[in-house]
Amino acid sequence: MRDAPSNPSIPLIEARGLKKYFDTPAGKLHAVDGVSFAIRRGQTLGVVGESGCGKTTVGRALLMLQPPTDGQILFKGVDITRLPQRELKGLRAKLQIIFQDPFSSLNPRMTVYEAIAHPLIIHGIYRASARAEGRVLKLMEMVGLTRRVVNTYPHELDGGRRQRVVIARALALEPEFIVCDEPVSALDVSIQAQILNLLQDLQEAIGLTYLFITHNLAVVKHFSTEIAVMYLGQVVESAPTAALFRNPLHPYTRALISAIPTVNIHAKQERILLRGEIASPVNPLPGCRFAKRCVFAAPRCVGRDLPAEEAEPGHRVACARWRENLTPT
Amino acid sequence: MPGSTDTLLDARDLIISYDTDNGVARAVNGVSFTLRRGETLGLVGETGAGKTTTALAIMGLLPEETGRVEGGSVLFEGEDLLTLPREPMRRKRGQDISMVFQDPMTALNPVMNVGEQIAEALRSHQSISVSAANARAGDMLEMVGIPRGRAVEYPHQFSGGMKQRVVIAIALVCRPKLLIADEPTTALDVTIQAQVLELIARLKTEIDTSMLLITHDLGVVARTCQRVAIMYSGRVIEMGTIEQVFDDPLHPYTHGLFGSIPDITRETRRLTPIDGLMPDPFSLPEGCAFAARCRHALPGCCKPQSEVDLGGGHMAACWRAADIKARRAGGGL
Repeated sequence: MRDAPSNPSIPLIEARGLKKYFDTPAGKLHAVDGVSFAIRRGQTLGVVGESGCGKTTVGRALLMLQPPTDGQILFKGVDITRLPQRELKGLRAKLQIIFQDPFSSLNPRMTVYEAIAHPLIIHGIYRASARAEGRVLKLMEMVGLTRRVVNTYPHELDGGRRQRVVIARALALEPEFIVCDEPVSALDVSIQAQILNLLQDLQEAIGLTYLFITHNLAVVKHFSTEIAVMYLGQVVESAPTAALFRNPLHPYTRALISAIPTVNIHAKQERILLRGEIASPVNPLPGCRFAKRCVFAAPRCVGRDLPAEEAEPGHRVACARWRENLTPT
Repeated sequence: MPGSTDTLLDARDLIISYDTDNGVARAVNGVSFTLRRGETLGLVGETGAGKTTTALAIMGLLPEETGRVEGGSVLFEGEDLLTLPREPMRRKRGQDISMVFQDPMTALNPVMNVGEQIAEALRSHQSISVSAANARAGDMLEMVGIPRGRAVEYPHQFSGGMKQRVVIAIALVCRPKLLIADEPTTALDVTIQAQVLELIARLKTEIDTSMLLITHDLGVVARTCQRVAIMYSGRVIEMGTIEQVFDDPLHPYTHGLFGSIPDITRETRRLTPIDGLMPDPFSLPEGCAFAARCRHALPGCCKPQSEVDLGGGHMAACWRAADIKARRAGGGL
């Protein structure tokens, strides 16, 4: 049922200069401001950042749930921002999303069966819900749900099982690309690990491609092939996972890594305590948006926008001082 | 050691249940721990482990209609808080023992400026003039890193991290002997969390208070606590110093928790989650509550488990813990 493997040199999905602005009484809110990345088939791009950095908006814009203000989204080389609605609907089967809160993303009046069968009915694969039984049970098995819960309602299930239902529903239409927006943040750690392993197994079994959005750098390190670090609507650094942790270059990335409490009590962690809090993304001034909180900020960091530079192959950083090997005093 | 003079808080065999429409939920089933003066003890567990219920019992804030202490004692400076009448308990709360809750958005009064809220905490416990209380409120704001000029502002004018600083200022204004912090940074972003943890650690020393830090995050515990108690299904199943528990976790649940956490300093290809779920508090098993999920479970696990002392104050509620320790030391695990 899957398309013939396409040219592997073309990324499965690519964002070019993606922008999403919102009108607010205070001015234009630059939620996403010129974000570019490409994800190859079977890979995972982790998008990491704190509240308000625009990571969720990137995910939604990418699926055209909130059409971007500017920029292109190429799915297998086709710009989907220009597709007519009808073609877009057909394509949506291939582009799915898993949200953070498995309580609010399931209809409380639909049983597990109905929730998983729903997309199959909407896309006309089955005309009646009853006919989807074989497929629904297969999907439940794929995500590790016992048949016993097929007729239960979301409130009867714990958070982990609810998230499994959401994943089964996302898989129903055999998608190629899934945006996972904080899929484990609402879950307890022992359940988190179960769901992360499930997502990993599914990726290996059916070759899924993920955009994995999270605030948790440890989860993203564990899960992603590449990582993009966002701050106030922009990607400040992106690199293959190993390179980002071996050699973090942007002061924000370094601060983020240093802020994560590790359970390894013998690890030597760099300690960079940031001053202040994230600024407003409304009508931002040109220049580095992190400069106000940056311990290394210099006059040349502000006034003009900084293009990302390639520090090593595949490792890009948007910082005026990345070459200087700065250490906090 | 329990009973010694440097013990500030001594909870023993605490049993608490809630009456619900579905029956009796056994939330806390024999919790015991001690907190020494000046110490920070981490109380760790997943949702439903009984951490918050334990804290509410210490504070005398269990819901009156449904919550019921069925047994045990909580000695604070030798005095049992659970038998204290309402009025003396009210005086203690906020003065000697105070609490910081997880969500700073709901812990503050939205129609009162933050300066008044800090001053109110002071004035309800000490006879102090309005102007002196306001001055102290300003000092307190500066102590938590907020300019005193912002005392006239309302909670909605502050960010989440700043609101939590205000909550901390309220909790510490009377210089309590014990601070209970219930997931104080869980609602905050990680760089703000780092700031607030640093602040709490600094103030704890300045004010010379002891702290019970409730969290689900073992990394936060590693950063802030000297000792840790791991809770599961309403019991402390392992307790010891940070080094004892983090370097050599002996209860299979603790071990499982560490295997479930992706850590930034390590390379893990695959996590090793704990299968299954925590038992239903409406129908707890007679024996070890973790046995159904435990890789080491044997028939002997269906008997009630007592606490095993493994030396140096490291204790685990698992009859196989000594065996596991020996086998691990011998490279067998």
